[in-house]
This record gives sequence, C-alpha cells and structure tokens, in this order.
Amino acid sequence: MKIAIIDYGAGNIKSIQFAFKRLGYEALLTNNADIIKQADKVIFPGVGEAGHAIKMLKASGLDQLIPTLKQPVLGICLGMQLMCQHTEESNTKGLGIFNVDVKKFTHAVKVPQMGWNTISNLKSSLFKDILEGEYMYLVHSYYAEQCEEAIATTHYEVDYASALQKDNFYGVQFHPEKSSSAGEQLLKNFIKM
Amino acid sequence: MLAKRIIPCLDIKNGRTVKGVNFVNLIDAGDPVELAKQYAIEGADELVFLDISATLEGRATTLEMVLRVAEQVNIPFTVGGGISSVEDVDALLKHGADKISINSSAVKHPDLINELSNKFGSQCIVVAIDAKQIDNDWFVHLAGGTIPTEIRLFDWAKEVEQRGAGEILFTSMNHDGTKNGFANEALSKLSNTVNIPIIASGGAGTKQHFVDVFTEGKTDAALAASVFHFGEIPIKELKEELRNNNIEVRL
Repeated sequence: MKIAIIDYGAGNIKSIQFAFKRLGYEALLTNNADIIKQADKVIFPGVGEAGHAIKMLKASGLDQLIPTLKQPVLGICLGMQLMCQHTEESNTKGLGIFNVDVKKFTHAVKVPQMGWNTISNLKSSLFKDILEGEYMYLVHSYYAEQCEEAIATTHYEVDYASALQKDNFYGVQFHPEKSSSAGEQLLKNFIKM
Repeated sequence: MLAKRIIPCLDIKNGRTVKGVNFVNLIDAGDPVELAKQYAIEGADELVFLDISATLEGRATTLEMVLRVAEQVNIPFTVGGGISSVEDVDALLKHGADKISINSSAVKHPDLINELSNKFGSQCIVVAIDAKQIDNDWFVHLAGGTIPTEIRLFDWAKEVEQRGAGEILFTSMNHDGTKNGFANEALSKLSNTVNIPIIASGGAGTKQHFVDVFTEGKTDAALAASVFHFGEIPIKELKEELRNNNIEVRL
C-alpha cells in the first residue's frame, strides 16, 4: 500500500503521517508528481490560508495534477476547501472538483469553530462503522455549503457539508488524524477503498 | 452541536511531567506521552503542555517530547511556556504541536501575535492571559502571575483578538489553586467581549465548578491540572455530570 501525502509547505502535516503510522502504514510526504500519480491513495492536507496555499500548489504544478488523479484522494480541512469551486478566503478560485462554494461563518458564532462537533447524514463507505452523531475534531473559519455532494453534515451557525464526495475524490472538513478512534476508523476505511 | 471541551494541563520540565501525578495504571507517571495517551483514552478533548524548563537543554528535550506526543496521541495538543519568537513556534509546529500558547512575550511584544498568526494561521495561536482582580478591576500579570502590569484584562483580550489570536486561555490568579471554582463573572464578560473561543483556567475543585463555568462563565473549554492528575475527578464521570446538566460534551 503506497500512501502519498501531498507536501506543498502547508502547516502541520506530520500529524497525518503519524496517524497512518499508528495504523501500521508508512505514508510518504512528497510533492513529486510521479510518486503522487503512482500512489494507491493520496492525502491532500492543508492548514493555513487559502490564497497562499493555492499559490504554493500552482508553483509546483500540483493544481493541474490533483484533479486528474484516478486513485482515491482525501482532502483534509483546507485541502477539502481548495477542492471546491471558490472560497471567500482571500477570494480564491479552487480546483473545482466539488461543485460547491466555501463561505465564512458570520460573527453570530465564535470564529474559528474550534473543537469537537457531530457529523450526521453519513452517506459513504468512508463512514463504515462510524455512528451517526459521532464527534470529530474541527478547526475552521470557512465552510462548504450544504450540497448534493455532501456525505456528512455538521451544524455550526448553519447546516454545512463537513464531508464531500465526487467519484474518487473525498474531502473532510474535520481532522481524522486528531479525532481519536473515530478518526482512525475513517482513515482505515479510506485505506480500504 | 459543538461540544464544550475538557482539557487537562501538564507541567513539563526537561521533557518530564512535574508536580505529582497519581495514576494507578501507568508504567511511568513522569512520562508525558504515557499520561497523554491515558488522558486521550479517558476522554480528554485536548491537552495542554506547559514547559517550565529553565535551560536551553531542557527546552530541547521538551521538543523531543512534543514529537513523541504527536506520534502517539490521537487528540490535539497545545504547547506553551517560554515561547518568544517565530523560530520557537516554527520548531514546535514542525515537531507536531497542533497549537502553541504565548503569554508574557505577547504582552512585551504584541506584534508577535500578528507575526505568528500571519505566518502560521490564527487557528494555532493561543494567547494565555493571567490576570488578577484588584479593586473591582482586572489587571494582566506576567511571569506566572508574579509581575503586575497596568494593562486591563478586557482591553488586552480585545487587542489580542484584533491582532489575530485564535483562542484565549484565561487564568484568574485570584482563583488559581483555590479549588473554589472558576472566575465565572470575568469569564462571562470575556466571552461577551471577544468573538474567539475562551478556555477557562484556575479554580477547579468539583464537578459542579465545571457545570458552573460552562453555564455561568459561558466558556468554550475548561482547563485543570491537579483534579485530573490525582484522579479526584475522573474525566468520564465529569462529562456524564455535564451531560446530565444539559451541557453538550463528547462522551
């Protein structure tokens, strides 16, 4: 099993590598297009600011590569948001994989949302053996709107899509690598796809 | 719904936990990794490590510890204590810390908050504030609460939010160590003053104190040390009590 974690200089991605290690898998941090193409599974992480992140992707040509990948791809947090059409963060155009826009929470709630919130309306084998209403760890100020491609819903100010799927592309707003045993289950499910 | 968080805090010196920690089934109660794993299993939502090492060597050892925690623990953790530069933060995040917390260095150089949040994102920058109530007004204190300043708590809280802090960890020096409950009045005012999450610290003694800090103090998270370390309040029991009081928790 070859797992590639796309390394484009975005935040703390070691945690994802460690999470796979705890499950008994070696995952490689890489920005090499050939290694990414040949991997069995690809993780597209992202912590930080969207405008800066998309610039980093473009600098290495990864913005062109990612939408063409054929194996299962999992975007996490900002990674998921960058796979959408557009994000309000720095008015940034995304990779356009998911047919949904990313908005900012208003000041009606505390921003960022930080902590454990529930996921429901689970619609994919990504959530096999994960219960409706399970808690996952989230840290974010922007969210993907509720849409047809949503495979999980979370409520914070509004009901929003906390996970998305289109074909071989998956995205989760929460951090499975920091979401205790439920998060580990999700990573196991992803490996089995 | 977003759950209220329960956060045990561990003091670390030279990569080892200090103060007494009394867990029955631990191989090495001085090993922060062992403790962190145990807390994760018991249902802690997050962990805070406070580095009180006085030497460079000690701090280097703590960095190694951070790496081992990141490798082995599956919940988020914050590292604080003695952090004063972009380089310090970069090293901690690269070793796998999810968030860092700054305190005195932010008061001395407020621009540091802007620099850190611009470079690493607000989501990983916690500003810790120690304050003491003097004649009905709250004043920020430095160096573990020993040095008073003329900065007012609520002004400072607003400023750190504007400068890009993602969260505030507020410790009341009047309540810390008393086990008589949290500073709920100040916490509630703080929560209404800023629009970022607040972690309450100082004063936890009973389960009811936690119920009160979430209902009266309107806080997003509560941090404590000794009541957890000595098993006085098992985390699972605490969360059950909170749920019985209609407070959303992850159980």
